[in-house]
Amino acid sequence: MEHIVIIGNGISGITAARHIRKLSDKKITIISPESDYFFSRTALMYVYMGHMKFEHTQPYENWFWKKNRLNLVNAYVTKVDTANKTLKLKSSEDIKYDKLIIASGSKSNKFGWPGQDLKGVQGLYSKQDLELLEANAPNNEVCKRAVIVGGGLIGIELAEMLRSRDIPVTFLVRESSFWNGVLPEGESQMINEHILEHHIDLKLNTNLKEIISDENGWAKAVVTDKGETIQCTVVGLTAGVTPNIEFLKGSGIELGKGVKVNTFLETNIADVYAIGDCAEQHKAIGNRRPVEAVWYTGRMMGEVLAQTICGNKRAYKPGHWFNSAKFLDIEYQTYGWVFSGKSKNDQEQHFHWRHPVEKICVTIAFHKETKQFLGINTFGIRMRHEILDRWLTEKRNIDYVMEYLKDANFDPEFYAQYEEDIVSLYNSLYGANITPRKKSWKRIFSNT
Amino acid sequence: MQIIKKIGLFIFLMGLTIFTILPFVGEFKVTSATLDQIIMDKGIASEIFVQGMKKNVVGQEFHGMLSLSPQITQILETANAQHRENKEYKKVIYTGPHDMAATVGKASGTGFIVENKGLMWFLTFGLGILGSLLFIVPNIVLLGKKGIKNNGIYHANATNRGWIAWMVFVFLVSFYLVLYFRSEYAVNWTYLVDPISEFLSGNPAGHWFVYGFMYCTVMTVMAVRMYIKYRHNMYQMVRTTSVLFFQIVFAFLIPEIMVRLQMPYYDFKNAFPLDYDFFFQWNLKSLLNSGGIGLFILVWGIILTLVIVPVMVYFFGKRWYCSWVCGCGGLAETLGDPYRQHSSKSLFSWKVERWLVHGVLVFAVGMTLMTLYSFFTESGTVLGLKTQSVQNTYSLLIGAFFAGVIGTGFYPIFGNRVWCRFGCPLAAYLGFVQRFKSRFRITTNGGQCISCGNCSTYCEQGIDVRAYAQKGENIIRSSCVGCGICSAVCPRGVLKLENGPLKGRINPTEILLGNDVDLMDLVNKK
Ligand SMILES: Cc1cc2nc3c(=O)[nH]c(=O)nc-3n(C[C@H](O)[C@H](O)[C@H](O)COP(=O)(O)OP(=O)(O)OC[C@H]3O[C@@H](n4cnc5c(N)ncnc54)[C@H](O)[C@@H]3O)c2cc1C
Ligand code: SF4
Ligand code: SF4
Repeated sequence: MEHIVIIGNGISGITAARHIRKLSDKKITIISPESDYFFSRTALMYVYMGHMKFEHTQPYENWFWKKNRLNLVNAYVTKVDTANKTLKLKSSEDIKYDKLIIASGSKSNKFGWPGQDLKGVQGLYSKQDLELLEANAPNNEVCKRAVIVGGGLIGIELAEMLRSRDIPVTFLVRESSFWNGVLPEGESQMINEHILEHHIDLKLNTNLKEIISDENGWAKAVVTDKGETIQCTVVGLTAGVTPNIEFLKGSGIELGKGVKVNTFLETNIADVYAIGDCAEQHKAIGNRRPVEAVWYTGRMMGEVLAQTICGNKRAYKPGHWFNSAKFLDIEYQTYGWVFSGKSKNDQEQHFHWRHPVEKICVTIAFHKETKQFLGINTFGIRMRHEILDRWLTEKRNIDYVMEYLKDANFDPEFYAQYEEDIVSLYNSLYGANITPRKKSWKRIFSNT
Repeated sequence: MQIIKKIGLFIFLMGLTIFTILPFVGEFKVTSATLDQIIMDKGIASEIFVQGMKKNVVGQEFHGMLSLSPQITQILETANAQHRENKEYKKVIYTGPHDMAATVGKASGTGFIVENKGLMWFLTFGLGILGSLLFIVPNIVLLGKKGIKNNGIYHANATNRGWIAWMVFVFLVSFYLVLYFRSEYAVNWTYLVDPISEFLSGNPAGHWFVYGFMYCTVMTVMAVRMYIKYRHNMYQMVRTTSVLFFQIVFAFLIPEIMVRLQMPYYDFKNAFPLDYDFFFQWNLKSLLNSGGIGLFILVWGIILTLVIVPVMVYFFGKRWYCSWVCGCGGLAETLGDPYRQHSSKSLFSWKVERWLVHGVLVFAVGMTLMTLYSFFTESGTVLGLKTQSVQNTYSLLIGAFFAGVIGTGFYPIFGNRVWCRFGCPLAAYLGFVQRFKSRFRITTNGGQCISCGNCSTYCEQGIDVRAYAQKGENIIRSSCVGCGICSAVCPRGVLKLENGPLKGRINPTEILLGNDVDLMDLVNKK
């Protein structure tokens, strides 16, 4: 029986394993030193905040693995011997494979800051990081202040976590406005305001220069590039992630930033594949980045690779981009491409609406000339994935999107609806005369 | 703000303490006039009982129910034993010993409590309400910006099965045990609400009136908590208002007012088989003897169960009843909300759930068929089983223990919907309709789920919502009561409760939206 070995029990590795099991009877082994069972990395924050216990982050009950004959090995792979198709494990026996899937995920970036390895300095990626945070910052007596370095999605999550225990937080963000490398100006601005509302000391345009140690090797303060020294107990390093691939060095597997793969998720070595955060496409797909470090893409790669491994060779050909996040109390969804001021090209035009009082806004990107709908960002409004995906496929123009916007609303029942306001602003800005149509189930289900 | 909360907690605990002490204190003096009145009202023919009462009870002063109750129960039990031995069945007293103690006690209370009903009401209910509001209302500020505020639920003792939770558990269980089995200890409580009861129905309060009043009070106060906690979520606001309205108006006020108008006591929204004694002989007789209104109730009760309930479930899902109208659901959604995360999500409990809840439904329907058979044929037994004993068993096991003691008492440990999930026969019936013929579903938003588990954790019905959402499948489950909390707590906007066409409602998926369209077609449509 063919033996499929998967390094990493995150979403990409587990999705691949589940689908291979559905499609075949192959022997499957999953290796990870992080946790015995698959858990949802995206939910780590909720454990610290007391919304859930760690066990709740595990999407499958413990009996699931045995029942589906997925062998779990709690160990760290130190070396991949591709010539002999063997994995060397730390304090455990070697494992031979017929096909190897590398799904080893990412690790937090450290940019060589002085003091980055002091005690009290940590990232937020793994279960161990969560446990470390629990030890470093159990409450606001032990942790008098935390400084978070890096204004991305994990940074703001870490800030929210610490604030849930009333720990004072200073948030150092390199950019001039929060996440404005990704978000258009209006949205980024709104999130800045919301961060301040949560009593987070947001410092924009500010870089970390150095972390200062106390006499016991603990961090006691940070120095910024503005020359400011901020006393603190914990420093959170959340300036992005990079593929976790050190253990592959010297294995003959081609590495770049991540494990180099072609569209079939194959590496340069036969029978070795890579998926999820650690995979790097030779050539970026569409507007995507070569390394896509999000949950959804890891899952999609897992789904696709399972087909290939089970004899139905398929390229990784993701559909329209989508993503979501939550900034403190504000939910964010995106479908298609809406680029930020910095990365947007001349052809991309934005229509932006913001609620006068509430923290709710929408940005729709469209092509300046053809008016083709390119993408949408919503904050505080939920959108129906199927509908937006369909509009993108059908290459609808923005007038159409405006007219049928109500079909796309996914907010819970009885919520206030803003389509009328949105469309009326659009009408007045672009001299259009669109009346939004009533939501229609018929249209919503026309494809299924 | 924190100080206000602390003061509130203190006041609440004071009210609660006084309330808890009441069953053990108070003066009771049974006069011979009282005894005569009871003999007359109950048609008591047992001279042994009357003798015993005259000798040991009448004219004496008792300090607290603890000293009065054993006297009465003992006298009654001795009398009955004697009569049974002598085969003097006409003299046997069928009022239960504890009910007798309650009746006597209620008529004989004297002293401070009875003379100061208003004040005592304030010192118990009043302080309780005031204290809890002081505890709850500062959350408007303390919870900060509106949004999901579940911080610390698994750190707090009270909501993470710590000792406070166990104390609440013990308190609730004891409270229900008193209500169902030792109502004489509730006599002092009844005095507190006598003025209200007299105002509504014209009668002094019994212990079920205390319960009804308390139920409404607790729901109202905890609804305020819901309004504050979920103030960003209109679905929760509207739904909370709805359950509160149905509880106060339909379950509490209308039945009392009907009594005042010499009509039968009836809760128009309480549908059979939750209202398991609707077809019991005594109820049918009382309805048939109440003229037009009785007949109307009879017809309404039948239409409610056979037509209104399933039709509404077809259009809106069982939520229209379970989390918008029902009293049990109402308490679960208000008082029980802090405990919703304790319902077990394991596959094992799902199995147990299906056996139990359907078992109770079969029991209820079987019992009702027996009852109707007995009613029309006027025979006391069906296939050798005594209808009366089956009814008694149901009332005790399901009506009192399951729905009351376990259903509510176990909130802090097993979550707020123990009864609704494992026991309620009406829920089982609604569930069938919801599962097989309804427009209701929880739509999963394409591929947006990140498997975080908030939805499953906070599903009070123990549904593993994530198991569906992470596959991109809609959630179609007979047990879903449509509380909407899974949708509320989802940080990625994945879930939406909605009523739509039947086509496409159930959508088994392998590959989620967002991936290669050809692959999705290939795998999902095969
Ligand atoms: C706090 C946080 C919040 C996030 N929130 C979101 C979100 O909201 N939405 C979103 O789209 N994405 C989010 N992400 C990103 C998302 O979690 C990742 O993209 C995703 O988990 C990557 O999955 P993966 O399977 O590729 O790798 P991982 O989940 O990182 O799994 C890799 C596994 O491989 C193991 N491993 C590594 N090296 C070895 C070795 N040598 N031997 C054995 N085992 C090894 C690791 O221990 C790990 O368990 C978040 C990430 C974090 C850290
Ligand atoms: S599935 Fe959602 S709506 Fe249904 S009972 Fe559970 S939490 Fe409530
Ligand atoms: S809460 Fe939302 S994102 Fe989290 S598991 Fe449930 S459906 Fe998925």
